[in-house]
Amino acid sequence: MNSTPLIELREVSKIYPLPSGDVIALDRVSLSIQEGEFMAIMGPSGSGKSTLLNQLGCLDRPTSGDLIIDGKNTRDMDDRELTSLRLNTIGYIFQKFNLIPLLTAYENVEYPFLMKHRKPDDTGHVSGLLSMMGIDQALAIHKPPELSGGQQQRVAVARALVNDPRILLCDEPTGNLDSVTGGQIMEMIADLNRKGRTVLMVTHDPTVAQFAQRTIIIRDGRIA
Amino acid sequence: MKNKDIILQLSVRSIRLHLLRSVLAALGIVIGVVAIASMGMMGANMTLSVTEDLSEMANILVVKASSGERSGGMPGPGGGGAPGDGEELITEKQFSDIERIAAKYGTVYAVHSESDTIEIGDSRRRATIYGLDPDILPAILTLQDGAYPKSTTSVIVGPSLAERMDLKLGSKIDIGDPDEGSVTTVRVVGIIEERGMSMDLNTDSAIIGSDKLFTMMYGGEGEYDQVNVILDDINDADLVTTVITDELNKKEEQVSVQDSSRMVENITETIGTLTSFVMAIAGISLLVAAVSIFNVMMMSVTERVREIGILRSIGTQKTEVRKMFIYESGILGVIGAVIGAAASIAIGWVVVLAMVGSTEYFFAPGSLVYIPFAMMVGIIVCVVSGVYPAWNASNLDPIEALRAE
Repeated sequence: MNSTPLIELREVSKIYPLPSGDVIALDRVSLSIQEGEFMAIMGPSGSGKSTLLNQLGCLDRPTSGDLIIDGKNTRDMDDRELTSLRLNTIGYIFQKFNLIPLLTAYENVEYPFLMKHRKPDDTGHVSGLLSMMGIDQALAIHKPPELSGGQQQRVAVARALVNDPRILLCDEPTGNLDSVTGGQIMEMIADLNRKGRTVLMVTHDPTVAQFAQRTIIIRDGRIA
Repeated sequence: MKNKDIILQLSVRSIRLHLLRSVLAALGIVIGVVAIASMGMMGANMTLSVTEDLSEMANILVVKASSGERSGGMPGPGGGGAPGDGEELITEKQFSDIERIAAKYGTVYAVHSESDTIEIGDSRRRATIYGLDPDILPAILTLQDGAYPKSTTSVIVGPSLAERMDLKLGSKIDIGDPDEGSVTTVRVVGIIEERGMSMDLNTDSAIIGSDKLFTMMYGGEGEYDQVNVILDDINDADLVTTVITDELNKKEEQVSVQDSSRMVENITETIGTLTSFVMAIAGISLLVAAVSIFNVMMMSVTERVREIGILRSIGTQKTEVRKMFIYESGILGVIGAVIGAAASIAIGWVVVLAMVGSTEYFFAPGSLVYIPFAMMVGIIVCVVSGVYPAWNASNLDPIEALRAE
């Protein structure tokens, strides 16, 4: 394991100003994640897990503190650079799959590839990923509403992997799946971690958290 | 995916998903494009038609007196028109000067004119009486029937007058009001071909006789209402105008020269202004269409908030999101403009036929150019209508957008 962390949070706070008073979603959180690590983030509802994941996924900016990814402080990045980081370095797997309903399964996976390379995949990379996830060509031409939850999540995993990201963020990846399908998805994610990907996963489920090498508990915006 | 612009694909599929709504929005653009193109083509056809009609007389200069009055002559028969009452006239000297200057550039002739009562059988009406040098008549007027007048008792008449008053060769006309003075009876020896509206002579409803007949009836020998110059080369118009005004107006302004080519310019300018005005009114329909497009685009953004959140979260730049909605409004504009252009050809044809009376110039470049013009305006209006919704979509907070149901 490298000594320089791939992701580092230094005193990161996220405060939502509301008319009824400020809500502190993250309270001076400091955390280091090494490359290749599989970390689960647990905690009760409203504890700040998703807020933390949104910070790690560069979907949001900290109110204070620093988030350093691969040696670069995200505070110094503009929206274009943060978006590029999401495209190239981070793969996101959501609880609700979040596939684009207007695109087929294949196109959903190809989309980030096209955004990155500005040309279609003529190497079979997209098809290969879909096959690896158990989505054959017949299924790949279907749009998300025509697929089962498990199939949609497999497509979502393939989409998260298409640009070969170093970090995989998973927000309750099995939350909308039955236990068998959820187990299969978790096996896939664990396998990706074994192949060197850094995985950060928010979950309520201790069984799912067992796949991780490290688990942190968030309570009231702080690491317990 | 065959088409590799996936952003464009998303826009196309979004339109397909809400086909009826999109078609209705595009229909507004169709109407706007048709309205603008049809009005533009109508104006262009009107301009081309009028220009063609008037260009035949664009080589005519009309010289009129700026000061001086008809001095001599006896009162006209029957008090017809009371010549000399304050009318500004060209003197013989001025006519000679004009002739000296302009004769080498074309044909110069003097015109006597008066409005008087005429009586044919039991019908009485007023008409313009022209008195011209009989020798010049064949050069300036074409007859459809009969011969040019050679005596002081013969005249030629315009076709409209002949038709209305049922005049034929040999018909007699009494000129002058019998209640107010003497009446001169003349005989029709020729009927002129139709000339239409003209700056020099309006002969279609007029009686044309010799200058001797005219001075016999109204006096005013050696004084003329106007002098016309028919130029051999239209390009000499400015030169001849300048020389005449410079020489004759040396001490004081005695004459003014009306250049018919300028009149043509003025008329076409006026038609152009009217066309622009009518097109601007037609443009209001595009404004209504723009509001409709804006509404559809805002609905599209609202319905696709979650999709926008997904796109942003997986690395889609704001510019790409903006592009997606601009494409969508642009596609609606292109569809509307293309259908509108096709409809403009049919509807424009009907409008031109109804308003101008002829589609002779319908396919002239000056007329057809309004179709691409209207298309361009339609597309621009659509794209502009999509700018705010696109900007709005691109600036959505990805987290908030992902939470949308």
